[in-house]
Amino acid sequence: MTYDAGHYDVVVVGAGHAGVEAGLAAAKMGAKTLMLTLNLDMIAFMPCNPSIGGPAKGIVVREIDALGGVMGKVIDKTHIQMRLLNTGKGPAVQALRAQADKPLYIKEMKKIIENEKNITLRQGMVDRLIVEDGVCKGVITETNAAYSAKTVIITTGTFMRGKVLMGDLEYESGPNNQRPTIKLSENLEELGFEITRFKTGTPPRVNSHTIDYSKTEIQPGDEDPRSFSYETTEYITDQIPCWLTYTNEFTHQIINENLSLSAMYSGMKRGTGPRYCPSIEDKIVRFNDKPRHQIFLEPEGRDTEEVYVQGLSTSLPESIQHSIVRSVEGLENAEIMRAGYAIEYDAIVPTQLWPTLETKKIPGLFTAGQINGTSGYEEAAAQGIMAGINAAAKVLGKDPVILDRSQAYIGVLIDDLVTKGTNEPYRLLTSRAEYRLLLRHDNADLRMTELGYKLGLISEERYAAFTEKYRLVEEEKKRLQKLVIKPSTEVNAFLETAGASPMKEAVKAYDLLKRPELSYDLLAPIIDADPSLSHEVTEQVGIQIKYEGYIKKANDQVARMLKMEEKKIPEDIDYDAISGIATEAKEKLKTVRPLSIGQASRISGVNPADISILVVYIEQGNISRLAN
Amino acid sequence: METDTITAISTPIGEGAIAIVRLSGPEAISITANVFKGKNLFDVPSHTIHYGKIMDPETNEIAEEVMISVMRAPKTFTREDVVEINCHGGMVAVNRVLEIILSKGARLAEPGEFTKRAFLHGRIDLSQAEAVMDLIRAKTDKAMSVALKQMDGRLSALIRRLRQDLLETVAHVEVNIDYPEYDDVEEMSHDMMRTKTKEVHQEIVELLQVAKQGKILREGLATAIIGRPNVGKSSLMNTLVQENKAIVTEIPGTTRDIIEEYVSVRGVPLRLVDTAGIRETEDIVEKIGVERSRQVLKESDLILFVLNYNEVLSDEDDKLFQAIQDLDYIVIINKTDLEQKLNLARVEELAAGKPIVTTSLIKEEGINELEEAIAKIFFAGDIDTGDLTYVSNVRHIQLLRQAKQALEDAMEGLELGLPLDIVQIDVTRTWELLGEIIGDTASDSLIDQLFSQFCLGK
Repeated sequence: MTYDAGHYDVVVVGAGHAGVEAGLAAAKMGAKTLMLTLNLDMIAFMPCNPSIGGPAKGIVVREIDALGGVMGKVIDKTHIQMRLLNTGKGPAVQALRAQADKPLYIKEMKKIIENEKNITLRQGMVDRLIVEDGVCKGVITETNAAYSAKTVIITTGTFMRGKVLMGDLEYESGPNNQRPTIKLSENLEELGFEITRFKTGTPPRVNSHTIDYSKTEIQPGDEDPRSFSYETTEYITDQIPCWLTYTNEFTHQIINENLSLSAMYSGMKRGTGPRYCPSIEDKIVRFNDKPRHQIFLEPEGRDTEEVYVQGLSTSLPESIQHSIVRSVEGLENAEIMRAGYAIEYDAIVPTQLWPTLETKKIPGLFTAGQINGTSGYEEAAAQGIMAGINAAAKVLGKDPVILDRSQAYIGVLIDDLVTKGTNEPYRLLTSRAEYRLLLRHDNADLRMTELGYKLGLISEERYAAFTEKYRLVEEEKKRLQKLVIKPSTEVNAFLETAGASPMKEAVKAYDLLKRPELSYDLLAPIIDADPSLSHEVTEQVGIQIKYEGYIKKANDQVARMLKMEEKKIPEDIDYDAISGIATEAKEKLKTVRPLSIGQASRISGVNPADISILVVYIEQGNISRLAN
Repeated sequence: METDTITAISTPIGEGAIAIVRLSGPEAISITANVFKGKNLFDVPSHTIHYGKIMDPETNEIAEEVMISVMRAPKTFTREDVVEINCHGGMVAVNRVLEIILSKGARLAEPGEFTKRAFLHGRIDLSQAEAVMDLIRAKTDKAMSVALKQMDGRLSALIRRLRQDLLETVAHVEVNIDYPEYDDVEEMSHDMMRTKTKEVHQEIVELLQVAKQGKILREGLATAIIGRPNVGKSSLMNTLVQENKAIVTEIPGTTRDIIEEYVSVRGVPLRLVDTAGIRETEDIVEKIGVERSRQVLKESDLILFVLNYNEVLSDEDDKLFQAIQDLDYIVIINKTDLEQKLNLARVEELAAGKPIVTTSLIKEEGINELEEAIAKIFFAGDIDTGDLTYVSNVRHIQLLRQAKQALEDAMEGLELGLPLDIVQIDVTRTWELLGEIIGDTASDSLIDQLFSQFCLGK
């Protein structure tokens, strides 16, 4: 018999990277929130690589931060090194990546959750949902605790019917030998959700004392202070390096000889693995002409000797893993502390979700993170914060929040998931964003802060600093529009020393800045730059002026796209009543149930004629709707 | 609601009649005025018609003498500003005018789009909604199948190759961005990118030149002449060419060989398929085998099946009748100047209602009847066929021009020394535009390319 364990606005199942952002966003918006997790010592645990950020992902972390999320702040406090990537490239593709101190990250995150007044944090395994009249009303745990809730967010990661695979060893488990979530997955299936099976893997960890670093190349962090969060003011200066080594022909020979022992190649695994995160077996088989592959040695923290062997993700038996590791230069005497493994798990087919991440089937139920078929901590956190916002918005009677593809990578991620689905664990890449020149690392605050503030997730203080920053940016741009630079001997001499061609006639400082070889910092002496302007302000001025033409072109494209997004489709439209739409398109439309013509046009298998017909049908006004 | 201006040729093809290019949208009048020599179209009263000339903006020469009707919103078919440019009949003039209008910023209308706009602006009664949707469906499907069929195999192969080149380049830039530490590929340099864009640019420029010569502009019905050896196929071919004005002679630089493929029969443009094969050797069925010839037949819009009045029906003739039974064809009984050996009743039975014409090509008899039969088949059927066929070609040219422009933007960015990820925006755009030509717009291919070209992972 169950017992009444309490009443909440929002119940978050799981406290990984999605769960913590979901719980905190909901709580900060004013919803009474319960967070249930299997193990309180594993909050925001990183079961795979010890790093956060990277191309596209690093920009997502900044977007989360500008929306009021915590991932950026916590990694700023707990990293062992940080780098700005792609500094030699354009501003649109630069991104931060930090190596995390895993145990410290957990500790810091737990502290934040524990101190959030609207959150009750509790250990517990959820077995099933309470669903009444098709609406989600709460959860029941294995200890028979029944929690009633207005909304529930499931963020169970790779735990659902998780199965660890290593050689011929196979056992039911969540990542890192934690208990798997079996009954909840069965319950979701009973409730009619379509479930798919994905897999991913992780490499072995070795003991730092047993690595000969002299045979490897050092990979230090940046010397300049960096931070993900726009609020971070204190920087970590004593950074720890990573190290680079390589596999070799001997390594490849061992793998080739033992392929049949790999859980993956012996045909036991049914799940679909991601192409961008292949096991070392995959790499050797698919790219057999490559004489070597990079191996990065990444410390897992300051107070641990475990080192993550990036590049050696494998599901080979433990005994073979020893030989593989020891075939690598610098690792000849390395001791494995944890062996690598593959994990197979249930994921929800994400086209079953609205763009708010609420399930179409069961109102009040949201899902976020790896359960939705994604991969990566950042992708999980991004969905977590959006699910948290939308669950709280629903409870509080506010409008749902859906980011479009021109606003944020988060928008690209969720739109891709709910519109196209995915047939492998989904990872964000810069190439997935059509408008990546607008979705930059440097302007995440400009894109998200206003929204975060309106939702109550950004403090007054931070909002004031944000508006002041962009007031200064606009002011400085105006000043440069008016400032005329004459081609004096001094100016041309200056340009020459800066490696730029001299000026022939007077130009506005604004136009001078458009020259690719000239930057704001470089021109500072001849454009009377105000030294009190912060680097953030001048950086923004420089980028906005230099790429103005391209930014305008992108904005024109966005305007066209938004026109299509503004054409709304009623949620309950009856596609069967529309004559003329092709059968395949009709089936797709019935599954995805797009909310706008724009979204409908992105569904594969729905062609322009179907879209035209849909537009005409909606415009004529007499829309047939599904009986509820 | 709609902000752009659309245009299309709105009359069926017909020589002797006029052909009309129609524009609808807020810029209909300004776009036309831009290339019109005559009265100031901004000042003329609504619903009036004016004589003048359409000027080619590139050469500043007269492209066509026209009559222009100006109709201002809302009392028009679409309830937008509408301009109709009345050109001389035939394909070339009207196509040229359409191209000029497109180059000035109008967009080629989607199938059924004028009607759709009329509907959306409330011009058409709500009860007609379903009919409008059916119309769009039908026109779009037809346009798609025609566009695909029309495309020269070599052209689509070339476009595919150019796209693959661009895709590999883009994937290379992307892998540098998404995997900055990945050391298996050298970092893409401005020079590498410059070489690649120049190569592709050159090919697109050449394609556009070819297009100008009319090779791409393959308007007209794909027509196959079939029949056993010595029935008079090549005489028929010669007659059609001699009797009728060859369409592309108006375009300078076209060679005699190509001219002969295009003829206009009473305003019906014909593209004679596999001409050389028929002329030099025997029968295409013999020449390329039954399976291949079936394929050729299937791709034809019209088949001219020639029989010999002086021979009895053979098994082979029966087979040919069978092969074309579901297609549009005309039976031509040739050599009526010789003794009759053909069983006419049997031919009528086999033809099952399809037109039968008797000719003596040597004596130049029956040619008028044949031409009439061709015109009848064409105009009685769905007259959109021809219309859409050449519009799809104009569409190709338009997309090629845009692709060329996008590449030039990329090349400019390279010269300015902009970062490659910025330059790549225009390269990707080029790739997308070329994709629209061959109907491949799947955006996932880049990601697929990325992972098949490079060994990536953690």
